[in-house]
Amino acid sequence: MSRGMGRLALFLGVGYTFLYIPIALLVVLSFNDSRLITTWSGFSFRWYVALWNNERLIEAALLSLRIAAVAATGATVIGMAAGFALARFGAFRGRGLFGAMVAAPLVMPEVITGLSLLLLFVALAESIGWPSERGVTTVTIAHITFAAAYVAVVVQSRLADFDRSLEEAALDLGARPWKVFLLITLPLIAPALASGWLLAFTLSLDDLVIASFTSGPGASTLPMVIFSALRLGLTPELFALATVIIVVVSVGLLIALKLGRVASARVEG
Amino acid sequence: MRLRLPSGRTLVLALPFLWLSLFFLAPFLIVAKIALSEAALGIPPYAPVLRWTDEGVLTVVLNLGNLATLFSDPFYFDAYLRSLRVAAISGLLCLVIGYPMAYAIARAPEHRRNLLLMLVVLPFWTSFLLRVMAWIGLLADNGVINNLLLAAGVISQPIQLLYTDFALYAGIVYCYLPFMVLPLYATLSKFDPVLIEAAADLGARPWRAFLTITLPLSLPGIIAGFMLVFIPAVGEFVIPELLGGPGAQLIGRVLWMEFFTNRDWPMAAALAMVLLLLLVIPIAWFQHMQGRASR
Repeated sequence: MSRGMGRLALFLGVGYTFLYIPIALLVVLSFNDSRLITTWSGFSFRWYVALWNNERLIEAALLSLRIAAVAATGATVIGMAAGFALARFGAFRGRGLFGAMVAAPLVMPEVITGLSLLLLFVALAESIGWPSERGVTTVTIAHITFAAAYVAVVVQSRLADFDRSLEEAALDLGARPWKVFLLITLPLIAPALASGWLLAFTLSLDDLVIASFTSGPGASTLPMVIFSALRLGLTPELFALATVIIVVVSVGLLIALKLGRVASARVEG
Repeated sequence: MRLRLPSGRTLVLALPFLWLSLFFLAPFLIVAKIALSEAALGIPPYAPVLRWTDEGVLTVVLNLGNLATLFSDPFYFDAYLRSLRVAAISGLLCLVIGYPMAYAIARAPEHRRNLLLMLVVLPFWTSFLLRVMAWIGLLADNGVINNLLLAAGVISQPIQLLYTDFALYAGIVYCYLPFMVLPLYATLSKFDPVLIEAAADLGARPWRAFLTITLPLSLPGIIAGFMLVFIPAVGEFVIPELLGGPGAQLIGRVLWMEFFTNRDWPMAAALAMVLLLLLVIPIAWFQHMQGRASR
């Protein structure tokens, strides 16, 4: 038995080493005083100062955060409706097509999604004059479209394994379906909506390919700016940026883990 | 007289249905249309498929030249083949690394599992581009690995790691690993270890019990994980562009180049259309498995 446990620990050790060595490298190099990755010339915060003063990066980051917040909210509304329909409406006409449209963006290669949306926007601009220019709006629409699929999956799986007796009791007592949804279903799926929103937010914040296709001049998102910088070579400011992102995400996930534990402890009594 | 209002059910369905029809389904029809049109100078750089002739007759001008080029020019053909091969090998590598991890997490004490899963997902929540950048730092000629090997005296001059197939696979496997581990964990954690104990009681060796019980039962997870890695990896652009060598002309990179560098929109659309046709079967299969899992 102990041999078996040792082997399991070895699997995990190898896997997590592979996952975390690159991340550790980013964090360590962000504090390196030297511009070169070859030499360690002392501990320094200078790249964080440089990052703070890099207007192009900061501006792009603010733009990306704005797009991500709007896109995540839109994706949550649409994804919730789609997940709800798939989990609760049973068989309806067009379910096959609907299910395909909801799940396909999960695996669709980004170059296809990006190119096809761009061609749609161009065709729309030609025929009805909207969107007159590509930029924040078109990127946001594109992000809502592919992120909604992820929200739908999260909501659908949450609805699939939850107890319907509360909803049925409320309906039996005469509550209208909308009231049941607002007072019972919504609070119960709220954690799924929150994680769906966060997932959509992260996906939007992280997307390079779809944004590159659907954006226009003047609206460069953070990944677009990072990508053009990376083509010129590594800069320590980007290591500092990566470290900031890693810290924010780790703290966020730890809080989510703690809250999740509190919530499940409460449910289990 | 009573007006029949649309039911709440219809409204809930209509919103995502209309949105996805407009922004997901319709674009593919446009891609197909433009793939069949000729490249032209102008904005947008393609000629319309429907045209009025001088006599006022509406004619359809289809250009099958793009599709013909795709199949006759070995450059494009090789790019498709190479993309499928790279994606399949990446899927298998993810399986080899991800399966033991998912198995170990599923067998870990219950209170540890959430933390272990979170550690798998955490890199995924940080920036994808910056994780690819970390691999540049590891693999570059003056990067960490070469420096360590030089310092240890294993090599006397830096070996080329970046811009090779090794870097390409390392990047893809690294970035897509969570998509393999999560579905595998989902199937492995559902399954009852009593089955293994029963097999052991009946005299099966651990390896045999694994092959005849655990592996077949986790097949849905293996397929889902493989598809989640394989399908997006076929069209991957960023990793071959930043880590792969000049020979790593995968289809995502070729499409990007046709669109952004050559400004040949019809060719890019034709490339996208054929890529989509190649992926229709795996995508349909993936959805079939998803449908079965949700039922």
